[in-house]
Amino acid sequence: MSNLKTTFGRSGRNLAFFFVHVARIAHLTGQSLVWTFIAPFRGKKLRWGSTFVQMVRIGVESVPIVSVISFCVGLIIAMQAAYQLEQFGATIYVADLVSVTLCRELGPLITAIIVTGRSGSAIAAEIGTMKVSEEIDALETMALNPIGFLVVPRLLAMMVVVPCLTVLSDFVGIAGGFVLAITNLKLAFVAYFNQTADALAAKDFITGLIKSFFFAIIIAQVGAYQGFNVRGGAEGVGKSTTTSVVVSIFLVIFADLLFTMLFFSTL
Amino acid sequence: MTEPIIKIRDLHTSYGKRHILKGINLDIYPYETLVILGRSGCGKSTLLRHIIGLNSPDKGEIFIKGVDITKASERQRDVILRRMGMLFQSGALFNSMTVGENVALPLMEHTPQNKSIIKIMMRMKLNLVGLSGFEDFMPSQLSGGMKKRAALARALSMDPDILFCDEPSAGLDPIVAVGIDHLILKLKTALRMTIVVVTHEMASVFTIADRICLLHDGEIKFLGTQDNIKESTDPFVVQFLERRPDEEKLDAQNYLDELVAD
Repeated sequence: MSNLKTTFGRSGRNLAFFFVHVARIAHLTGQSLVWTFIAPFRGKKLRWGSTFVQMVRIGVESVPIVSVISFCVGLIIAMQAAYQLEQFGATIYVADLVSVTLCRELGPLITAIIVTGRSGSAIAAEIGTMKVSEEIDALETMALNPIGFLVVPRLLAMMVVVPCLTVLSDFVGIAGGFVLAITNLKLAFVAYFNQTADALAAKDFITGLIKSFFFAIIIAQVGAYQGFNVRGGAEGVGKSTTTSVVVSIFLVIFADLLFTMLFFSTL
Repeated sequence: MTEPIIKIRDLHTSYGKRHILKGINLDIYPYETLVILGRSGCGKSTLLRHIIGLNSPDKGEIFIKGVDITKASERQRDVILRRMGMLFQSGALFNSMTVGENVALPLMEHTPQNKSIIKIMMRMKLNLVGLSGFEDFMPSQLSGGMKKRAALARALSMDPDILFCDEPSAGLDPIVAVGIDHLILKLKTALRMTIVVVTHEMASVFTIADRICLLHDGEIKFLGTQDNIKESTDPFVVQFLERRPDEEKLDAQNYLDELVAD
């Protein structure tokens, strides 16, 4: 009985903590958005140089890995789809499956997960290390707001770069499907191209981009929040970095569920 | 008598259940060097963090040039902070920037000057602390003493009225530590600043202090000049000055009991 109590007690407490953290992340997000979109009109400078550096780090440097993984995912979906569709002699519909799945779901999701692993964790580690070495305190004593100075450039960069990477992921993934269709399934290039063009609606593509924009905000904010919350030394930085990846991926997938319900639910 | 530049009234603070500062009242006057002294964990760094507005107290007021920093608006706080410089214990230089960029950062952010003027001002500050020619180095390429000097140059970059130093000589060899003390003395005469130093290095205290404030258990145990402290008969003050360890309170039996206790 007491074991049962402890188990439920612990899970209840953890769940409560989780919601407290989510509320605090939401609060930080509110502040960051104010610093990004409202503060510049009140005479606070946006740090474009730093934003540009972050865009290169988060965006340009992820192009190879996003491309390779999206290409592989395109191939995988095409193979799995072909395996089922072959039974009905309908392999041409591989084009529909690959393009719609990638634009609606997998493009934004794969990009978000890669960016979380590469850059969300880096944000947590950088800000966390700065916290441990008193650099955040130093910023405050220089009358420089850490949110305006550190979070805003990263958030802005994410909001621009993640949707761009998503577009790349969509196209490269579809190209992966193309390669399989032409080489393995022996479909005609033009037929596959036309089938893809017919299958895709603007809505598929645009909803994917809207999602990726919000994923970008989640990744940047969770990373920053975990960074600011580092306690202790190097071990604390390590823990926060890990937590940032886990929480980001969870929130991204949960947000994806909500958006899919909003955009495509027929209930 | 001149009006104090910093007035602290009945300051209380606690971390969880631990009561750290128990009603501090302290006046700091313009152009003096006040050393806040005390054992590790007595609350001296906490007191400093409250004065510079990094922590907010449970109760009490801290007036800096007449403005209560615990209740100031963000704008008021910014104005106060721009006139203060802080040297952190670890230096707290931004590791992703060069030494020059570190020193120039407050100027870039808070002054309308163009880059070439800021560069000249940055070089002047580095020259002041004896680091001319190191502007393109990264902080990781500097030794401990040089890092402290660079951090000091950054703290001075806005020509502050008040300079705070948290353990300026901690972790440095005696020669470099004395060098930092002399640098602080030199700055004091050259720039006419109010300087507040937190430390537990006695040697350093007698080099730089005009007045000494000894904290013990979150309370001010002694406040006065160097001569006053040498004449003090308070047992704790005497113990501190003579560097005597705490008396052993545990006898052998108690020690054994403590070891086997559940």
